[in-house]
Amino acid sequence: MGAIQPKVGEPVSDELALVEAAKAGDVGAFEELVRRYDRNVFRIAQHITQNREDAEDVVQDAFFKAYSNLNQFQGQSKFYTWLVRIAVNEALMRLRRRRPERTVSLDEDVKTEDDTVPREVADWSPNPEQQYTQAELREILDRTIHGLPATFRTVFVLRDVEGLSTEETAEALDLSIPAVKSRLLRARLQLRSRLSKYFQRREKANEREKSGSGDSQP
Amino acid sequence: MKCSEFLQELTDYLDGVIDANTKQELEEHLSWCHNCYVVCDTTKKTIEIYRDSQLYELPDDLRTRLRSAIVAKCHSRKKSGPEGAQ
Repeated sequence: MGAIQPKVGEPVSDELALVEAAKAGDVGAFEELVRRYDRNVFRIAQHITQNREDAEDVVQDAFFKAYSNLNQFQGQSKFYTWLVRIAVNEALMRLRRRRPERTVSLDEDVKTEDDTVPREVADWSPNPEQQYTQAELREILDRTIHGLPATFRTVFVLRDVEGLSTEETAEALDLSIPAVKSRLLRARLQLRSRLSKYFQRREKANEREKSGSGDSQP
Repeated sequence: MKCSEFLQELTDYLDGVIDANTKQELEEHLSWCHNCYVVCDTTKKTIEIYRDSQLYELPDDLRTRLRSAIVAKCHSRKKSGPEGAQ
């Protein structure tokens, strides 16, 4: 079983030149940076806040904050990692505002079910996502990730959806590398376990269909 | 190798950042432990499904609207900020 293939990122060779131009007041150069990363920031924001309006606000505020503080960016990390850090903080702030009854912190050590392999693990159908329409699948994925603690969602989206490295994720979230790895493992296992409800093999259903008692006869 | 030990290495294994010896031990475990094989395979699928899902895509019209708003704010800051005051 091979390793997963990382997502290929945008070329960053001219990025520092754009940042320098934007620092010197070239809004057009900054607009190019917005164009490059707005989709990523929106996706991250919506994963964390789980709310469309909040995600829109995060995109606006994170980019504007980045523009206003460009002089603080020293080029020691990638511009994108620096931007993600700003966006994650904005998103968490909104989440806290919306759910004041629940503490939302990336540092919290979330207690979850024991990470041991269960005795009986149901296998999934081959290409399970093809059992559903695109809209149904998105609904399932949205509902499933919604149930995860914010700290797990955040690490998962940065590492597995956006393709940041463990080191970049640690830097963007101000977490240690072991903390990122431990949250990522638990996020992946919890999502896997929750998705099994939708994707596991349904031998009985298939058998019923084969015996002709299903209502999908032509 | 026990299942719990396998699980601890799962993230590094899936990310392909593991030394050759540990990789060999993990794959030896996978060759006979069906549960771990299923967990490993379906965790990999979980990641791939989320990565390829186009969940929370930014629609074009909203994208244009947000970008215009950001650029307008940047311009107004430029006028009122230290650079603009010079």
